[in-house]
Amino acid sequence: MDSKLINPANKRKFKIIVVGSGLAGGSAAATLSELGYKVDCFCYQDSPRRAHSIAAQGGINAAKNYQNDGDSVHRLFYDTIKGGDFRSREANVHRLAEVSTEIIDQCVAQGVPFAREYGGLLDNRSFGGAQVKRTFYARGQTGQQLLIGCYQALEKEINSGGVTMHPRTEMLDLVVVEGHAKGVVVRNLSTGEITTHAADAVILATGGYGNVFYLSTNAMGCNVMAAFRAHKRGAFMANPCYTQIHPTCIPVSGDYQSKLTLMSESLRNDGRIWVPKSAEDAQAIREGKKTGADIPEDERDYYLERKYPSFGNLCPRDIASRAAKECCDEGRGVATTGLGVFLDFEDAIERDGEDAIRARYGNLFQMYEKISGDNPYKQPMQIYPAVHYTMGGLWVDYNLMSNLPGLHVLGEANFSDHGANRLGASALMQGLADGYFVIPSTIAVYLAEQKPGAVTTSHPEFKKVENEVKDRLKSLMDIKGTKSVDSFHRELGLLVWDKCGMARDRAGLEEALERIPEIRNEFWTNVRIPGSASGLNSELEKAGRVADFIEFAEVLCHDALAREESCGGHFRTEHQFTEADQEVQDGTTQTGEAKRHDDHYQYVAAWEHTEPGQPPNLHKEELIFEEVKPSIRSYK
Amino acid sequence: MPLLNLTLKVWRQENAKSEGRIETYEAKEIPTSASFLEMIDIVNERLIQDGEEPIHFDHDCREGICGMCSMTINGVPHSKERGTTTCQLHMRKFKDGETICIEPFRANAFPVVKDLVTNRSAFDRIIASGGYISVRTGSAPDAHAIQIPKADADTAFDAAACIGCGACVAACKNASAMLFVSAKASHLNHLPQGQSEKDQRVLGMVRQMDEEGFGNCTNQFECEAVCPKEISASHIAKLNRDYLSASARDSVS
Repeated sequence: MDSKLINPANKRKFKIIVVGSGLAGGSAAATLSELGYKVDCFCYQDSPRRAHSIAAQGGINAAKNYQNDGDSVHRLFYDTIKGGDFRSREANVHRLAEVSTEIIDQCVAQGVPFAREYGGLLDNRSFGGAQVKRTFYARGQTGQQLLIGCYQALEKEINSGGVTMHPRTEMLDLVVVEGHAKGVVVRNLSTGEITTHAADAVILATGGYGNVFYLSTNAMGCNVMAAFRAHKRGAFMANPCYTQIHPTCIPVSGDYQSKLTLMSESLRNDGRIWVPKSAEDAQAIREGKKTGADIPEDERDYYLERKYPSFGNLCPRDIASRAAKECCDEGRGVATTGLGVFLDFEDAIERDGEDAIRARYGNLFQMYEKISGDNPYKQPMQIYPAVHYTMGGLWVDYNLMSNLPGLHVLGEANFSDHGANRLGASALMQGLADGYFVIPSTIAVYLAEQKPGAVTTSHPEFKKVENEVKDRLKSLMDIKGTKSVDSFHRELGLLVWDKCGMARDRAGLEEALERIPEIRNEFWTNVRIPGSASGLNSELEKAGRVADFIEFAEVLCHDALAREESCGGHFRTEHQFTEADQEVQDGTTQTGEAKRHDDHYQYVAAWEHTEPGQPPNLHKEELIFEEVKPSIRSYK
Repeated sequence: MPLLNLTLKVWRQENAKSEGRIETYEAKEIPTSASFLEMIDIVNERLIQDGEEPIHFDHDCREGICGMCSMTINGVPHSKERGTTTCQLHMRKFKDGETICIEPFRANAFPVVKDLVTNRSAFDRIIASGGYISVRTGSAPDAHAIQIPKADADTAFDAAACIGCGACVAACKNASAMLFVSAKASHLNHLPQGQSEKDQRVLGMVRQMDEEGFGNCTNQFECEAVCPKEISASHIAKLNRDYLSASARDSVS
């Protein structure tokens, strides 16, 4: 590899800022400190252990082939490229598949208690989009266990003095000095104090933007602020329209709802998804006149098994979500709102016994029962798709550096590895690959060209950005309007979900692009933030995040509008296979499937910020496929 | 959907230095399918409408895993429901007309930041004092190099399920952190990878726990009763054994 090295004695002279302490940020901070760099790590939570990676349930992929079922680095690479609907960069994905095996070694050595077989070896299960068992898991809490491993490594480095941790501290802006990212402006959320921090390089590992939809499976605090501030300072935002809607979440129950809860994809190993064949039966269930158990076997439509016999219930997320939406659009949905399908364990319980199912999914079943009040051992779960993950993010090169020199972006916050759709159990893999194995070596490529400590907070740019941040906070506090921050967020979320959610079309996107600036204007004239900017003020925190979501939503819709094709998580209703297509007639695919246009859209759309309120500028990175030939993505 | 009308008695405190007080709020027309935190959201939305400051509370994932939410509800951390976090508690567990008392997790080592928000960073400092296995990235052997009997892996897992919320401390009359510390020690000490640093880990974490001002354990098991992950107090017994042997070795070395 054409990489550069920094001598161990010199590493300690370099300071690196890491924003975010999830799997990507935490593992990067810990590993960079082990190498000798000085690290400042920031997170908005009260402890780095609480980053939202913790909520990942199902597992982490690795091409270990411990099951001897034909897995290999190449197969994981191929599955990921195909799963991403041929919209990711081959080189990045291949590297990801290569380092996947080392991640498992590292985590086991740290004491991550992965599930084991009676012989003492690691167990695996299968996830969507794969026909091998390559997913390592720790009951239904894999993300938690991996994050605790990573957090412990981070605490070890905090103890050794290599990492300075700043919890309850939020990045409010990026400082760019002579074209290079050299620092951040942050707010201490407990005291309200604004401070500036300089470094030789800045790493953002701040997660995805799923909360632009208001309701999602993200934590309440997840936001796009750090990434969007960087975008406004010049970093390109790539492929924001690739958003993942997860097929198995607990349906919405009312307008007070604050978040949606995911039921792990691993449930699809044993659960069967169905709706009644007839809309009458579905209506009877919605009205409480019938239950799932009243519907005889031959009146049930196991639609995934019917449409995708070879992958069945384990087809990829984008496909399973759209199929659920289709059934509900046909009036065959089952929750009280009509927006729900069954996930049924009756057959699995009959086959393996209730105890076996409890051992596999006990905590998930318990969580379902707490939220819904229903016992999933006795009645089928009701599920519906919800926003879960965002494949788009800041544009990065192979070294994970954005177009802004010095600014590196890891994990969900970058766009790099999942193309238009991410496969299950690949987010944890990517976060840890980026943090443990990629950035510790690739950051040297940038740092080797830098004089350590050359920029300090005494540079006038720091004061300038600090003042801009303070002015922005003051403007927010001074609005003193009549509507709460949440009411704006909810309004934005409903609009974006409606026009730029599971299915999009030109008219809807154009409507959203007209409506969003109106919401933005109303927000900046009528939001009410009680309290003051000094000290803890959760409404002020939310206001800053929602203000950026509103602006970001425009970039999202511009991208969705410009991409005149359907691929992965981006489904434009104008671009789907119909009876008239040759591929449907010869059985390669079926009607209603996503139709890509490789001739015109086989590129990464990297958007450059222009003026507030003006459309962003499009830059294209052509995708070149040397190993995998793009084809129609079929899971039949 | 059934709706509840409730009275809330809520601890309000401007910051760590100011005096706190109990304020009374009416929580009207709360849907039973809302979560406890969504109930507070509804109350807060109305407080904001009335120009008042909303009730500050810690929360993030709202699916029972991040450990950020706290709150002592009617005297019990995370409420009297077994094995639940506040965010997973739903209003169907309450009755119409009920009065609910809501306070922060109380312990000297967890100072109040504002209202129901406390500072639990003492837990991070305890982990930094030995709650890890020192393995440099890239230096790990193949994951199958060591076979771990399933029973050991499962016991380690049961302890590792701790979410670091601090309910165990808040429930204890001595504000002891023994369940938290023992869960971490037990997780790592049960694994072959954790053996080489076992003594150092136990001594370091227990010393830090004492320094942070947590109290001693007097075997009341309140911690186990409120733990949202139902971590067993038997880990405390193991910690005491490990601590005794580590101290003995430490004193002769």
